Amino acid sequence: MSQTHELTLTQAAAKLQTKELSSVELTKAALSRIEAAEPKVHAFVTVDAEGALKAAAEADARRAKGETGALLGMPIALKDNLSTRGLRTTCSSKMLEPYVPPFDATVVAKLRGAGAVFLGKTNLDEFAMGSSTENSAFGVTHNPWDLDRVPGGSSGGSAAAAAAGFGFGALGSDTGGSIRQPASLCGIVGLKPTYGRVSRYGLVAFASSLDQIGPMARSVGDAAVLSQAIDGHDAMDSTSVDRAVPDYTAALSKGVKGLRIGLPKEYFVDGMDPEVAAAVKAAVKSLEAQGAVVKEVSLPHTEHCLSVYYLLATAEASSNLARFDGVRYGYRALAESLVPQTMKTRAQGFGPEVKRRIMLGTYALSSGYYDAYYKRAQQVRTLIAQDFAGAFAGVNVIATPTAPTPAFKIGEKADDPLTMYLSDIFTISVNLAGVPAISLPCGFSKTGLPIGLQLIGKAFDEATLFAAAAAYEGAHDWKDRRPKI
Amino acid sequence: MALTEQEVEKVAFLARLEITPEERGRYQKQLNAILEHAQDISRLDVSKVEPTAHILPIQNVWRTDEVHPGLSREEALSNAPDKSKGCFRVPKILE
Repeated sequence: MSQTHELTLTQAAAKLQTKELSSVELTKAALSRIEAAEPKVHAFVTVDAEGALKAAAEADARRAKGETGALLGMPIALKDNLSTRGLRTTCSSKMLEPYVPPFDATVVAKLRGAGAVFLGKTNLDEFAMGSSTENSAFGVTHNPWDLDRVPGGSSGGSAAAAAAGFGFGALGSDTGGSIRQPASLCGIVGLKPTYGRVSRYGLVAFASSLDQIGPMARSVGDAAVLSQAIDGHDAMDSTSVDRAVPDYTAALSKGVKGLRIGLPKEYFVDGMDPEVAAAVKAAVKSLEAQGAVVKEVSLPHTEHCLSVYYLLATAEASSNLARFDGVRYGYRALAESLVPQTMKTRAQGFGPEVKRRIMLGTYALSSGYYDAYYKRAQQVRTLIAQDFAGAFAGVNVIATPTAPTPAFKIGEKADDPLTMYLSDIFTISVNLAGVPAISLPCGFSKTGLPIGLQLIGKAFDEATLFAAAAAYEGAHDWKDRRPKI
Repeated sequence: MALTEQEVEKVAFLARLEITPEERGRYQKQLNAILEHAQDISRLDVSKVEPTAHILPIQNVWRTDEVHPGLSREEALSNAPDKSKGCFRVPKILE
Protein backbone atom coordinates (compact mmCIF):
# COMPACT_ATOMS: atom_id res chain seq x y z
CA MET A 1 0.00 0.00 0.00
CA SER A 2 1.45 3.33 -1.10
CA GLN A 3 1.72 6.20 1.32
CA THR A 4 -0.51 9.14 0.42
CA HIS A 5 2.32 11.29 -0.96
CA GLU A 6 3.38 8.46 -3.29
CA LEU A 7 0.03 8.19 -5.09
CA THR A 8 -0.18 9.18 -8.73
CA LEU A 9 -2.25 12.24 -9.52
CA THR A 10 -4.88 9.97 -11.07
CA GLN A 11 -5.10 7.86 -7.89
CA ALA A 12 -5.24 10.96 -5.69
CA ALA A 13 -7.99 12.44 -7.89
CA ALA A 14 -10.04 9.27 -7.41
CA LYS A 15 -9.69 9.57 -3.63
CA LEU A 16 -10.81 13.22 -3.76
CA GLN A 17 -13.74 12.24 -5.93
CA THR A 18 -14.92 9.50 -3.54
CA LYS A 19 -14.20 11.81 -0.57
CA GLU A 20 -11.84 9.21 0.89
CA LEU A 21 -9.39 12.12 1.19
CA SER A 22 -9.91 15.87 1.30
CA SER A 23 -7.69 18.37 -0.44
CA VAL A 24 -6.49 19.61 2.94
CA GLU A 25 -5.44 16.05 3.84
CA LEU A 26 -3.66 15.54 0.50
CA THR A 27 -1.96 18.91 0.83
CA LYS A 28 -0.83 18.16 4.38
CA ALA A 29 0.56 14.80 3.23
CA ALA A 30 2.55 16.53 0.47
CA LEU A 31 3.75 19.27 2.82
CA SER A 32 4.93 16.83 5.48
CA ARG A 33 6.76 14.85 2.81
CA ILE A 34 8.41 18.11 1.72
CA GLU A 35 9.31 18.93 5.31
CA ALA A 36 10.91 15.50 5.73
CA ALA A 37 12.84 15.11 2.48
CA GLU A 38 13.26 18.59 0.97
CA PRO A 39 16.45 19.31 2.98
CA LYS A 40 18.10 16.43 1.09
CA VAL A 41 16.63 17.14 -2.35
CA HIS A 42 16.26 20.93 -2.48
CA ALA A 43 13.62 20.86 -5.23
CA PHE A 44 12.07 24.20 -4.27
CA VAL A 45 13.09 27.84 -4.31
CA THR A 46 9.92 28.76 -2.41
CA VAL A 47 7.48 26.53 -0.50
CA ASP A 48 4.14 28.23 0.13
CA ALA A 49 2.58 26.06 2.83
CA GLU A 50 0.19 28.75 4.00
CA GLY A 51 -1.07 29.57 0.50
CA ALA A 52 -1.39 25.87 -0.31
CA LEU A 53 -3.49 25.08 2.77
CA LYS A 54 -5.73 28.06 2.09
CA ALA A 55 -6.25 26.97 -1.54
CA ALA A 56 -6.89 23.40 -0.36
CA ALA A 57 -9.62 24.56 2.04
CA GLU A 58 -11.19 26.58 -0.78
CA ALA A 59 -11.10 23.56 -3.09
CA ASP A 60 -12.75 21.40 -0.43
CA ALA A 61 -15.47 24.03 -0.10
CA ARG A 62 -15.98 24.05 -3.88
CA ARG A 63 -16.24 20.27 -3.91
CA ALA A 64 -18.69 20.33 -1.02
CA LYS A 65 -20.91 22.55 -3.18
CA GLY A 66 -20.94 19.88 -5.88
CA GLU A 67 -18.06 20.94 -8.13
CA THR A 68 -15.89 18.16 -9.54
CA GLY A 69 -12.69 17.94 -11.58
CA ALA A 70 -9.46 15.96 -11.54
CA LEU A 71 -7.43 18.97 -10.42
CA LEU A 72 -9.90 20.38 -7.90
CA GLY A 73 -7.85 20.34 -4.71
CA MET A 74 -4.78 18.71 -6.29
CA PRO A 75 -1.43 19.79 -4.79
CA ILE A 76 1.18 20.42 -7.50
CA ALA A 77 4.39 22.41 -7.97
CA LEU A 78 5.31 25.09 -10.49
CA LYS A 79 8.68 25.83 -12.06
CA ASP A 80 9.91 29.15 -10.76
CA ASN A 81 9.88 30.80 -14.19
CA LEU A 82 6.07 30.75 -14.32
CA SER A 83 4.56 34.00 -13.08
CA THR A 84 2.38 33.59 -10.00
CA ARG A 85 0.42 36.60 -8.80
CA GLY A 86 1.56 37.52 -5.32
CA LEU A 87 4.08 34.66 -5.06
CA ARG A 88 7.78 35.34 -5.66
CA THR A 89 9.05 34.21 -9.07
CA THR A 90 12.85 34.18 -9.22
CA CYS A 91 13.89 32.15 -12.28
CA SER A 92 16.58 30.95 -9.82
CA SER A 93 18.39 34.20 -10.52
CA LYS A 94 19.73 36.87 -8.20
CA MET A 95 18.31 39.24 -10.84
CA LEU A 96 14.73 38.35 -9.85
CA GLU A 97 15.29 37.36 -6.22
CA PRO A 98 12.79 39.94 -4.88
CA TYR A 99 10.35 39.81 -7.83
CA VAL A 100 6.66 39.26 -7.02
CA PRO A 101 4.59 39.17 -10.23
CA PRO A 102 1.45 41.32 -10.32
CA PHE A 103 -0.21 38.80 -12.66
CA ASP A 104 -0.60 35.06 -13.28
CA ALA A 105 0.78 33.22 -16.29
CA THR A 106 -2.10 31.86 -18.37
CA VAL A 107 -1.27 28.27 -17.37
CA VAL A 108 -1.27 29.30 -13.71
CA ALA A 109 -4.62 31.07 -14.08
CA LYS A 110 -6.07 27.99 -15.79
CA LEU A 111 -4.84 25.66 -13.05
CA ARG A 112 -6.08 28.04 -10.36
CA GLY A 113 -9.47 28.07 -12.05
CA ALA A 114 -9.47 24.26 -12.06
CA GLY A 115 -8.83 24.32 -8.31
CA ALA A 116 -5.19 23.17 -8.26
CA VAL A 117 -3.22 23.81 -5.07
CA PHE A 118 0.26 25.30 -5.56
CA LEU A 119 2.78 23.92 -3.06
CA GLY A 120 5.54 26.21 -4.22
CA LYS A 121 7.99 27.19 -6.92
CA THR A 122 10.64 24.74 -8.05
CA ASN A 123 14.33 25.25 -8.66
CA LEU A 124 15.78 25.54 -12.16
CA ASP A 125 18.96 26.43 -13.96
CA GLU A 126 18.99 30.23 -13.94
CA PHE A 127 16.49 31.49 -16.55
CA ALA A 128 16.11 27.84 -17.68
CA MET A 129 19.64 27.81 -19.11
CA GLY A 130 21.24 24.51 -18.28
CA SER A 131 20.88 20.75 -18.14
CA SER A 132 21.60 19.99 -14.50
CA THR A 133 19.96 22.61 -12.24
CA GLU A 134 23.47 23.40 -11.02
CA ASN A 135 23.23 26.91 -12.49
CA SER A 136 20.71 28.05 -9.87
CA ALA A 137 21.58 31.08 -7.76
CA PHE A 138 19.84 29.33 -4.84
CA GLY A 139 21.69 26.02 -4.68
CA VAL A 140 21.80 22.70 -6.48
CA THR A 141 18.87 20.27 -6.64
CA HIS A 142 19.72 16.63 -5.90
CA ASN A 143 18.38 13.64 -7.81
CA PRO A 144 16.04 11.67 -5.51
CA TRP A 145 17.37 8.38 -6.91
CA ASP A 146 20.96 9.26 -5.96
CA LEU A 147 21.56 12.42 -4.00
CA ASP A 148 25.11 12.78 -5.36
CA ARG A 149 23.73 13.16 -8.86
CA VAL A 150 22.00 15.95 -10.78
CA PRO A 151 18.27 15.79 -11.49
CA GLY A 152 18.87 17.11 -15.02
CA GLY A 153 17.66 20.50 -16.09
CA SER A 154 16.57 23.02 -16.48
CA SER A 155 13.27 21.86 -14.87
CA GLY A 156 15.27 19.80 -12.35
CA GLY A 157 13.30 21.04 -9.35
CA SER A 158 9.96 20.06 -10.90
CA ALA A 159 11.33 16.64 -11.91
CA ALA A 160 12.81 15.98 -8.48
CA ALA A 161 9.58 17.15 -6.81
CA ALA A 162 7.47 14.76 -8.89
CA ALA A 163 9.88 11.89 -8.27
CA ALA A 164 10.21 12.52 -4.53
CA GLY A 165 6.48 12.85 -3.82
CA PHE A 166 6.49 16.61 -3.26
CA GLY A 167 3.00 16.94 -4.68
CA PHE A 168 1.27 15.00 -7.43
CA GLY A 169 2.83 16.59 -10.48
CA ALA A 170 4.42 19.80 -11.65
CA LEU A 171 4.77 22.12 -14.58
CA GLY A 172 8.08 22.69 -16.30
CA SER A 173 9.23 24.50 -19.40
CA ASP A 174 11.22 23.09 -22.30
CA THR A 175 13.38 25.07 -24.73
CA GLY A 176 15.85 22.34 -25.75
CA GLY A 177 14.89 19.42 -23.51
CA SER A 178 14.32 21.10 -20.16
CA ILE A 179 11.20 19.04 -19.36
CA ARG A 180 12.16 15.75 -21.01
CA GLN A 181 15.81 15.41 -19.96
CA PRO A 182 15.15 15.93 -16.20
CA ALA A 183 12.05 13.70 -16.48
CA SER A 184 14.33 11.01 -17.91
CA LEU A 185 16.99 11.47 -15.23
CA CYS A 186 14.41 11.44 -12.40
CA GLY A 187 12.32 8.51 -13.68
CA ILE A 188 9.10 10.42 -14.33
CA VAL A 189 6.95 11.39 -17.32
CA GLY A 190 7.41 14.76 -19.05
CA LEU A 191 5.81 16.20 -22.17
CA LYS A 192 7.01 19.04 -24.39
CA PRO A 193 3.87 20.05 -26.32
CA THR A 194 3.76 21.23 -29.92
CA TYR A 195 4.97 24.81 -30.26
CA GLY A 196 1.83 26.93 -29.99
CA ARG A 197 -0.22 24.34 -28.08
CA VAL A 198 0.23 25.99 -24.67
CA SER A 199 0.18 29.72 -24.01
CA ARG A 200 3.57 31.14 -23.05
CA TYR A 201 2.01 34.27 -21.52
CA GLY A 202 3.63 34.73 -18.14
CA LEU A 203 6.46 32.28 -18.74
CA VAL A 204 9.64 34.31 -18.32
CA ALA A 205 11.02 34.16 -21.86
CA PHE A 206 14.28 32.41 -22.69
CA ALA A 207 14.08 31.61 -26.43
CA SER A 208 10.63 32.57 -27.65
CA SER A 209 10.57 30.47 -30.83
CA LEU A 210 11.42 27.32 -28.85
CA ASP A 211 9.92 27.64 -25.33
CA GLN A 212 6.89 25.58 -24.34
CA ILE A 213 5.32 24.81 -20.96
CA GLY A 214 4.40 21.20 -20.21
CA PRO A 215 3.49 18.65 -17.53
CA MET A 216 5.84 16.55 -15.39
CA ALA A 217 4.26 13.73 -13.40
CA ARG A 218 4.50 10.19 -12.09
CA SER A 219 2.37 8.57 -14.81
CA VAL A 220 1.34 9.13 -18.41
CA GLY A 221 -2.28 9.54 -17.31
CA ASP A 222 -1.24 12.22 -14.83
CA ALA A 223 0.56 14.14 -17.56
CA ALA A 224 -2.55 13.84 -19.75
CA VAL A 225 -4.71 15.40 -17.02
CA LEU A 226 -2.32 18.34 -16.62
CA SER A 227 -2.05 18.84 -20.40
CA GLN A 228 -5.81 18.83 -20.73
CA ALA A 229 -5.95 21.68 -18.22
CA ILE A 230 -3.26 23.93 -19.72
CA ASP A 231 -3.54 23.38 -23.49
CA GLY A 232 -5.47 25.65 -25.82
CA HIS A 233 -5.55 29.03 -27.46
CA ASP A 234 -4.85 32.25 -25.58
CA ALA A 235 -5.24 35.71 -27.06
CA MET A 236 -2.42 36.90 -24.77
CA ASP A 237 0.17 34.84 -26.70
CA SER A 238 0.27 35.64 -30.40
CA THR A 239 2.05 32.34 -31.09
CA SER A 240 -0.64 30.26 -29.44
CA VAL A 241 -2.67 28.30 -31.96
CA ASP A 242 -6.46 28.24 -32.12
CA ARG A 243 -7.04 24.56 -32.55
CA ALA A 244 -9.30 22.11 -30.74
CA VAL A 245 -7.68 20.13 -27.91
CA PRO A 246 -8.62 16.44 -28.07
CA ASP A 247 -9.64 14.34 -25.06
CA TYR A 248 -6.27 13.06 -23.86
CA THR A 249 -7.68 10.77 -21.18
CA ALA A 250 -9.71 8.99 -23.86
CA ALA A 251 -6.50 8.57 -25.90
CA LEU A 252 -4.81 6.67 -23.04
CA SER A 253 -6.64 3.43 -23.82
CA LYS A 254 -6.23 3.54 -27.60
CA GLY A 255 -3.25 1.17 -27.74
CA VAL A 256 -0.61 0.94 -30.46
CA LYS A 257 -2.01 -1.65 -32.85
CA GLY A 258 -0.87 -0.64 -36.34
CA LEU A 259 1.00 2.41 -35.02
CA ARG A 260 4.07 3.02 -37.18
CA ILE A 261 7.16 3.81 -35.10
CA GLY A 262 10.33 5.15 -36.69
CA LEU A 263 13.81 4.64 -35.28
CA PRO A 264 16.13 7.36 -36.57
CA LYS A 265 19.43 5.73 -37.45
CA GLU A 266 21.33 8.93 -36.54
CA TYR A 267 20.20 8.54 -32.89
CA PHE A 268 21.53 5.02 -32.42
CA VAL A 269 25.25 5.30 -32.97
CA ASP A 270 28.40 3.53 -31.84
CA GLY A 271 29.73 4.74 -28.54
CA MET A 272 26.37 5.50 -26.96
CA ASP A 273 25.73 4.35 -23.41
CA PRO A 274 25.03 0.60 -23.77
CA GLU A 275 22.46 0.46 -20.97
CA VAL A 276 20.51 3.37 -22.47
CA ALA A 277 20.63 1.83 -25.95
CA ALA A 278 19.50 -1.56 -24.64
CA ALA A 279 16.63 -0.15 -22.56
CA VAL A 280 15.31 1.96 -25.44
CA LYS A 281 15.56 -0.91 -27.94
CA ALA A 282 13.76 -3.22 -25.50
CA ALA A 283 11.02 -0.58 -25.08
CA VAL A 284 10.51 -0.39 -28.84
CA LYS A 285 10.35 -4.22 -28.98
CA SER A 286 7.69 -4.15 -26.30
CA LEU A 287 5.59 -1.72 -28.36
CA GLU A 288 6.13 -3.95 -31.39
CA ALA A 289 4.83 -6.91 -29.37
CA GLN A 290 1.64 -4.89 -28.75
CA GLY A 291 1.08 -4.46 -32.47
CA ALA A 292 3.17 -1.44 -33.46
CA VAL A 293 5.14 -1.58 -36.69
CA VAL A 294 8.76 -0.50 -36.40
CA LYS A 295 10.90 0.82 -39.23
CA GLU A 296 14.13 2.74 -39.63
CA VAL A 297 13.88 6.43 -40.55
CA SER A 298 16.50 9.07 -41.21
CA LEU A 299 16.89 12.60 -39.86
CA PRO A 300 19.96 13.53 -41.91
CA HIS A 301 20.71 16.92 -40.35
CA THR A 302 20.84 15.59 -36.77
CA GLU A 303 24.55 16.38 -36.38
CA HIS A 304 23.83 20.09 -36.90
CA CYS A 305 21.08 20.44 -34.30
CA LEU A 306 23.35 21.35 -31.41
CA SER A 307 25.02 24.19 -33.33
CA VAL A 308 21.75 25.54 -34.66
CA TYR A 309 20.19 25.40 -31.22
CA TYR A 310 23.03 27.14 -29.41
CA LEU A 311 23.12 29.94 -31.99
CA LEU A 312 19.36 30.53 -32.18
CA ALA A 313 18.48 30.00 -28.52
CA THR A 314 21.27 32.29 -27.34
CA ALA A 315 20.42 34.95 -29.93
CA GLU A 316 16.81 34.98 -28.76
CA ALA A 317 17.94 34.94 -25.13
CA SER A 318 20.24 37.91 -25.63
CA SER A 319 17.28 39.86 -26.92
CA ASN A 320 14.76 38.62 -24.33
CA LEU A 321 17.06 39.19 -21.37
CA ALA A 322 17.81 42.77 -22.43
CA ARG A 323 14.75 43.70 -20.34
CA PHE A 324 16.68 43.07 -17.12
CA ASP A 325 18.10 46.53 -16.71
CA GLY A 326 17.40 47.21 -13.05
CA VAL A 327 14.77 49.84 -13.83
CA ARG A 328 11.33 48.23 -13.69
CA TYR A 329 11.85 45.16 -11.52
CA GLY A 330 14.47 42.96 -9.98
CA TYR A 331 18.01 43.61 -8.83
CA ARG A 332 19.68 46.97 -9.22
CA ALA A 333 23.34 47.88 -8.63
CA LEU A 334 24.01 51.53 -7.98
CA ALA A 335 26.08 53.81 -10.20
CA GLU A 336 26.25 57.50 -11.05
CA SER A 337 24.67 57.23 -14.48
CA LEU A 338 22.48 54.87 -16.46
CA VAL A 339 24.80 52.84 -18.71
CA PRO A 340 27.30 51.94 -15.96
CA GLN A 341 24.34 51.14 -13.71
CA THR A 342 22.88 48.79 -16.32
CA MET A 343 26.24 47.09 -16.87
CA LYS A 344 26.86 46.60 -13.14
CA THR A 345 23.29 45.45 -12.53
CA ARG A 346 23.59 42.76 -15.21
CA ALA A 347 27.13 41.78 -14.18
CA GLN A 348 26.02 41.23 -10.58
CA GLY A 349 22.50 39.97 -11.24
CA PHE A 350 23.24 37.23 -13.80
CA GLY A 351 25.25 34.07 -13.20
CA PRO A 352 28.06 32.81 -15.46
CA GLU A 353 26.04 30.54 -17.78
CA VAL A 354 23.45 33.24 -18.45
CA LYS A 355 26.20 35.76 -19.23
CA ARG A 356 27.96 33.26 -21.49
CA ARG A 357 24.77 32.67 -23.47
CA ILE A 358 23.87 36.37 -23.70
CA MET A 359 27.35 37.06 -25.07
CA LEU A 360 27.22 34.20 -27.57
CA GLY A 361 23.80 35.35 -28.77
CA THR A 362 24.85 38.98 -28.96
CA TYR A 363 27.83 37.94 -31.06
CA ALA A 364 25.71 35.77 -33.38
CA LEU A 365 23.39 38.73 -33.98
CA SER A 366 26.09 41.38 -34.30
CA SER A 367 26.91 43.23 -37.48
CA GLY A 368 29.31 41.23 -39.66
CA TYR A 369 28.44 37.86 -38.07
CA TYR A 370 24.67 37.81 -38.44
CA ASP A 371 24.71 36.08 -41.86
CA ALA A 372 27.36 33.52 -40.95
CA TYR A 373 25.78 32.51 -37.66
CA TYR A 374 22.21 33.62 -36.97
CA LYS A 375 20.77 33.60 -40.48
CA ARG A 376 22.61 30.43 -41.46
CA ALA A 377 21.37 28.70 -38.31
CA GLN A 378 17.81 29.71 -39.23
CA GLN A 379 18.31 28.20 -42.67
CA VAL A 380 19.63 24.94 -41.24
CA ARG A 381 16.63 24.98 -38.88
CA THR A 382 14.46 24.78 -42.01
CA LEU A 383 16.39 21.67 -43.10
CA ILE A 384 15.92 20.10 -39.67
CA ALA A 385 12.16 20.77 -39.75
CA GLN A 386 12.05 19.25 -43.25
CA ASP A 387 13.82 16.13 -41.93
CA PHE A 388 10.99 15.59 -39.47
CA ALA A 389 8.31 16.29 -42.08
CA GLY A 390 9.97 13.69 -44.31
CA ALA A 391 10.22 11.07 -41.56
CA PHE A 392 6.61 11.66 -40.46
CA ALA A 393 5.41 10.97 -43.99
CA GLY A 394 6.06 7.29 -43.22
CA VAL A 395 5.58 6.93 -39.45
CA ASN A 396 3.27 8.21 -36.69
CA VAL A 397 5.85 8.38 -33.92
CA ILE A 398 9.65 8.51 -33.68
CA ALA A 399 11.36 6.72 -30.78
CA THR A 400 14.75 7.70 -29.36
CA PRO A 401 16.53 7.80 -26.02
CA THR A 402 15.67 11.00 -24.11
CA ALA A 403 19.17 11.56 -22.75
CA PRO A 404 22.49 10.00 -23.79
CA THR A 405 23.25 8.79 -20.23
CA PRO A 406 21.51 8.32 -16.88
CA ALA A 407 22.00 11.08 -14.28
CA PHE A 408 25.58 12.28 -13.97
CA LYS A 409 27.40 13.34 -10.80
CA ILE A 410 26.96 16.84 -9.42
CA GLY A 411 29.98 18.88 -10.56
CA GLU A 412 31.01 16.39 -13.23
CA LYS A 413 30.28 18.65 -16.22
CA ALA A 414 30.04 22.00 -14.49
CA ASP A 415 33.28 23.44 -15.90
CA ASP A 416 32.81 22.50 -19.54
CA PRO A 417 29.82 24.15 -21.22
CA LEU A 418 30.14 22.17 -24.45
CA THR A 419 30.06 18.77 -22.70
CA MET A 420 27.06 19.93 -20.69
CA TYR A 421 25.29 21.00 -23.90
CA LEU A 422 25.67 17.44 -25.25
CA SER A 423 23.21 16.28 -22.54
CA ASP A 424 20.48 17.70 -24.78
CA ILE A 425 21.65 16.07 -27.98
CA PHE A 426 18.49 13.93 -28.39
CA THR A 427 15.96 16.54 -27.32
CA ILE A 428 16.87 19.83 -29.02
CA SER A 429 15.88 18.80 -32.55
CA VAL A 430 12.28 18.47 -31.33
CA ASN A 431 12.15 22.13 -30.25
CA LEU A 432 13.76 23.26 -33.50
CA ALA A 433 11.11 21.35 -35.48
CA GLY A 434 8.32 22.55 -33.13
CA VAL A 435 6.82 19.07 -32.73
CA PRO A 436 5.70 17.43 -29.44
CA ALA A 437 7.63 14.75 -27.53
CA ILE A 438 7.14 12.80 -24.34
CA SER A 439 9.74 11.18 -22.09
CA LEU A 440 8.79 8.22 -19.91
CA PRO A 441 10.74 5.73 -17.82
CA CYS A 442 11.84 2.61 -19.74
CA GLY A 443 14.20 0.95 -17.27
CA PHE A 444 16.98 1.41 -14.76
CA SER A 445 20.75 1.16 -14.99
CA LYS A 446 22.59 -1.50 -12.98
CA THR A 447 23.33 1.22 -10.44
CA GLY A 448 19.61 1.96 -10.03
CA LEU A 449 19.31 5.14 -12.10
CA PRO A 450 16.26 5.74 -14.33
CA ILE A 451 16.50 5.65 -18.13
CA GLY A 452 14.03 7.52 -20.34
CA LEU A 453 12.37 6.73 -23.66
CA GLN A 454 11.48 9.68 -25.89
CA LEU A 455 8.52 9.42 -28.25
CA ILE A 456 8.26 12.25 -30.77
CA GLY A 457 4.96 13.00 -32.53
CA LYS A 458 3.60 15.00 -35.42
CA ALA A 459 2.64 18.61 -34.75
CA PHE A 460 -0.55 18.77 -32.62
CA ASP A 461 -0.64 14.98 -32.25
CA GLU A 462 -0.03 14.81 -28.50
CA ALA A 463 -2.95 12.36 -28.29
CA THR A 464 -0.96 9.69 -30.16
CA LEU A 465 2.00 10.24 -27.83
CA PHE A 466 -0.24 9.74 -24.80
CA ALA A 467 -1.69 6.59 -26.39
CA ALA A 468 1.70 5.06 -27.19
CA ALA A 469 3.25 6.09 -23.87
CA ALA A 470 0.30 4.70 -21.90
CA ALA A 471 0.47 1.41 -23.83
CA TYR A 472 4.15 1.03 -22.97
CA GLU A 473 3.69 2.13 -19.37
CA GLY A 474 0.83 -0.31 -18.81
CA ALA A 475 3.00 -3.26 -19.81
CA HIS A 476 5.73 -2.47 -17.24
CA ASP A 477 5.98 -1.61 -13.58
CA TRP A 478 8.49 1.26 -13.85
CA LYS A 479 5.93 3.84 -12.77
CA ASP A 480 5.32 2.04 -9.47
CA ARG A 481 8.94 2.41 -8.38
CA ARG A 482 9.76 5.21 -5.98
CA PRO A 483 13.15 6.50 -4.89
CA LYS A 484 14.10 5.66 -1.29
CA ILE A 485 14.91 8.91 0.44
CA MET B 1 37.17 33.43 -37.18
CA ALA B 2 38.29 33.20 -33.58
CA LEU B 3 37.12 35.88 -31.17
CA THR B 4 39.87 38.20 -29.88
CA GLU B 5 39.88 39.65 -26.37
CA GLN B 6 38.92 43.03 -27.87
CA GLU B 7 35.91 41.47 -29.57
CA VAL B 8 34.84 39.83 -26.30
CA GLU B 9 35.05 43.25 -24.68
CA LYS B 10 32.97 44.76 -27.49
CA VAL B 11 30.33 42.03 -27.30
CA ALA B 12 30.13 42.44 -23.52
CA PHE B 13 29.51 46.16 -24.00
CA LEU B 14 26.82 45.50 -26.63
CA ALA B 15 25.19 43.11 -24.15
CA ARG B 16 25.61 45.68 -21.34
CA LEU B 17 27.63 43.33 -19.18
CA GLU B 18 30.55 44.63 -17.17
CA ILE B 19 33.26 41.94 -17.23
CA THR B 20 36.55 41.60 -15.39
CA PRO B 21 39.81 40.90 -17.26
CA GLU B 22 39.70 37.38 -15.81
CA GLU B 23 36.17 36.82 -17.18
CA ARG B 24 37.23 38.27 -20.53
CA GLY B 25 39.89 35.58 -20.90
CA ARG B 26 37.58 32.79 -19.76
CA TYR B 27 34.69 33.82 -22.01
CA GLN B 28 37.09 34.17 -24.95
CA LYS B 29 38.19 30.57 -24.49
CA GLN B 30 34.69 29.16 -23.91
CA LEU B 31 32.97 31.14 -26.66
CA ASN B 32 35.66 30.15 -29.15
CA ALA B 33 35.20 26.47 -28.26
CA ILE B 34 31.44 26.76 -28.86
CA LEU B 35 31.88 28.76 -32.08
CA GLU B 36 34.41 26.25 -33.35
CA HIS B 37 31.88 23.49 -32.79
CA ALA B 38 29.25 25.58 -34.60
CA GLN B 39 31.42 25.70 -37.72
CA ASP B 40 29.76 22.47 -38.85
CA ILE B 41 26.84 24.46 -40.27
CA SER B 42 29.18 26.45 -42.53
CA ARG B 43 29.75 23.31 -44.63
CA LEU B 44 26.11 23.07 -45.71
CA ASP B 45 24.85 24.63 -48.92
CA VAL B 46 21.91 26.74 -47.77
CA SER B 47 21.83 29.13 -50.73
CA LYS B 48 18.33 28.00 -51.71
CA VAL B 49 16.94 27.48 -48.19
CA GLU B 50 14.57 29.96 -46.59
CA PRO B 51 15.34 30.80 -42.95
CA THR B 52 12.90 29.63 -40.24
CA ALA B 53 12.38 32.32 -37.60
CA HIS B 54 9.50 30.50 -36.10
CA ILE B 55 7.94 27.13 -36.85
CA LEU B 56 4.27 28.08 -37.24
CA PRO B 57 2.67 29.35 -40.43
CA ILE B 58 1.32 32.35 -38.49
CA GLN B 59 2.12 35.78 -39.92
CA ASN B 60 0.39 38.63 -38.15
CA VAL B 61 -2.11 38.17 -35.38
CA TRP B 62 -4.63 40.95 -35.00
CA ARG B 63 -7.19 41.72 -32.37
CA THR B 64 -9.98 44.23 -32.32
CA ASP B 65 -8.97 47.65 -31.08
CA GLU B 66 -10.79 47.54 -27.78
CA VAL B 67 -9.76 48.69 -24.35
CA HIS B 68 -9.16 45.88 -21.85
CA PRO B 69 -8.18 46.27 -18.21
CA GLY B 70 -4.42 46.01 -17.63
CA LEU B 71 -2.10 46.47 -14.67
CA SER B 72 -2.77 49.48 -12.48
CA ARG B 73 0.02 52.02 -12.11
CA GLU B 74 0.58 50.80 -8.57
CA GLU B 75 0.90 47.18 -9.73
CA ALA B 76 3.21 48.14 -12.58
CA LEU B 77 5.48 49.97 -10.15
CA SER B 78 5.23 47.37 -7.39
CA ASN B 79 8.60 45.77 -8.20
CA ALA B 80 10.52 48.93 -9.08
CA PRO B 81 13.89 49.17 -7.30
CA ASP B 82 13.36 52.94 -7.14
CA LYS B 83 10.30 55.05 -7.93
CA SER B 84 9.10 58.59 -7.52
CA LYS B 85 5.77 60.34 -8.15
CA GLY B 86 4.26 57.35 -9.92
CA CYS B 87 7.27 56.84 -12.20
CA PHE B 88 10.33 54.58 -12.36
CA ARG B 89 13.31 56.52 -11.08
CA VAL B 90 16.73 56.18 -12.77
CA PRO B 91 20.05 57.98 -12.50
CA LYS B 92 20.80 60.77 -14.96
CA ILE B 93 21.09 59.70 -18.57
CA LEU B 94 22.62 62.86 -20.02
CA GLU B 95 25.96 64.36 -19.05
